[in-house]
Amino acid sequence: MNILTLETTCDETAAAVVTERLEVRASVVASQDALHRRFGGVVPEIASRAHLERILPVIDETLRKAGVGLDQIDAVAVANTPGLAGSLLVGLSAAKALCLARQIPLVAVNHLQAHIYACRLAADREVFPCVGLIVSGGHSSLYRCPGPLDFELLGATIDDAAGEAFDKVAAMLGLPYPGGPSIERAAAGGNPRAYALPRAFLRDPRLDFSFSGLKTAVRYAIAGPGRPDPAQVRLTGQQIADLAASFQEAVADCLVAKAFAALEQTGMRTLCVGGGVAANGRIRQRLGEEAQRLGVDLHIAPPRLCTDNAVMGAIAVERLKAGCVEELDLDVFPGVVRSASQPVGAKKFS
Amino acid sequence: MLIFDALNESDTARLGAALAETLSDGTTLALCGTLGAGKTRLVQAIAEAAGIDRRNVVSPTFVLVQEYHGRRTIYHLDAYRLRNDDEFRALGPEEYFEGDGLVLVEWADRVAPCLPPERIEIRIAVTGAESRRFEIRAVGARHVATVERLRHRLGGECPSPLPPGEG
Repeated sequence: MNILTLETTCDETAAAVVTERLEVRASVVASQDALHRRFGGVVPEIASRAHLERILPVIDETLRKAGVGLDQIDAVAVANTPGLAGSLLVGLSAAKALCLARQIPLVAVNHLQAHIYACRLAADREVFPCVGLIVSGGHSSLYRCPGPLDFELLGATIDDAAGEAFDKVAAMLGLPYPGGPSIERAAAGGNPRAYALPRAFLRDPRLDFSFSGLKTAVRYAIAGPGRPDPAQVRLTGQQIADLAASFQEAVADCLVAKAFAALEQTGMRTLCVGGGVAANGRIRQRLGEEAQRLGVDLHIAPPRLCTDNAVMGAIAVERLKAGCVEELDLDVFPGVVRSASQPVGAKKFS
Repeated sequence: MLIFDALNESDTARLGAALAETLSDGTTLALCGTLGAGKTRLVQAIAEAAGIDRRNVVSPTFVLVQEYHGRRTIYHLDAYRLRNDDEFRALGPEEYFEGDGLVLVEWADRVAPCLPPERIEIRIAVTGAESRRFEIRAVGARHVATVERLRHRLGGECPSPLPPGEG
């Protein structure tokens, strides 16, 4: 059985072909692919118009790579929550059109559940029940996950997402976008204890995150209150490295502390981590050390499955097994801040 | 122009409450200030005063637009990641500007030509570790009276005396 999975929740236009045995036949992520050049090297990262321009070439390229024709696709899965409404609609409309034309089932995917399912794919064995930690540009959330389709929110950021803090601190340090990789590179030569930066809620039992104060503290370290825009302050290479390392360590401390507090509070012994920030080497290392110390079963998606992709849409296999097939009047559910458990489709989803 | 000096976050919360009470639906509030100035914090304060759980109000930098529904509707937009006006227009902002809620735009100075000609602009300056200066002004004629109502509302509770002759 071949399932075509589509992902257009935010910036990336992605498609994949996966099988019911979770084999990946092909995966294409537009912004990381040769498709870039077809649009003259300028790929608008955001507008839904960009998804519209890219979705069909991405699907074609995916089918070509998989070596299957559209007539060999048995179901189409699409992420319809959460994300930007216009972007979600492009993926959903494409999926519906294909399902209508081919008379095959439509499967709805929750993008956040898919991020955790990437760990299941990488592990190649059962990982549920687990605590799920999603850290990306748009999310910093902890979930209790008894099963792949059953998420309960334990805590989330109350202001900035971790990935957003990486991007904004990188901008203040004059480092290029995206901030995650550039801060990690800069931090390699820095002292993580050079600057005393705040770790929010560390002594608080609640499982929320806050990275806004950390961002502001970096700003003050560069240019104190009342001083000009930090982007205009000249820093030495060592100052940049030390600030990057100190910032990265503070984020790692918060993520490690809350993730393992969530394990303790839920009594679970498995931690699954997904989202773009989980590609950060120092954060992976810190989570790994703590997991080893406490004997926790840790699964972090490999970097290519941490950032947005359609392979993780293989969670559609679980929904098909559970008999969750959607009608063609399925809608998008864009906004979700503190709940991953909103309906992705009509049936069997609490 | 109205200047409001907040000594701490609770002053910011008071300003947020005054804005929530003073601004009518369909008003666009353009928020400007550097990273860490407190734009999202002010939006949280306005939302909280409008009966929205503050924890649901997080930075929309990544998702670009968020909607909150409490006693009133708030559209929370963020232009930080946008590289030009066209990317902002592609979001279909008119739907929000012409909608029935309060529209709060972070990093508004980056997309000023796309904003409604009648709006309120707030510039936030970092004046201390906790303190912030908010410069509030009407852009266009319609909101001159709104800013005056806001001045009146804040009059009794301004944490520091307003500089003479401002406005």
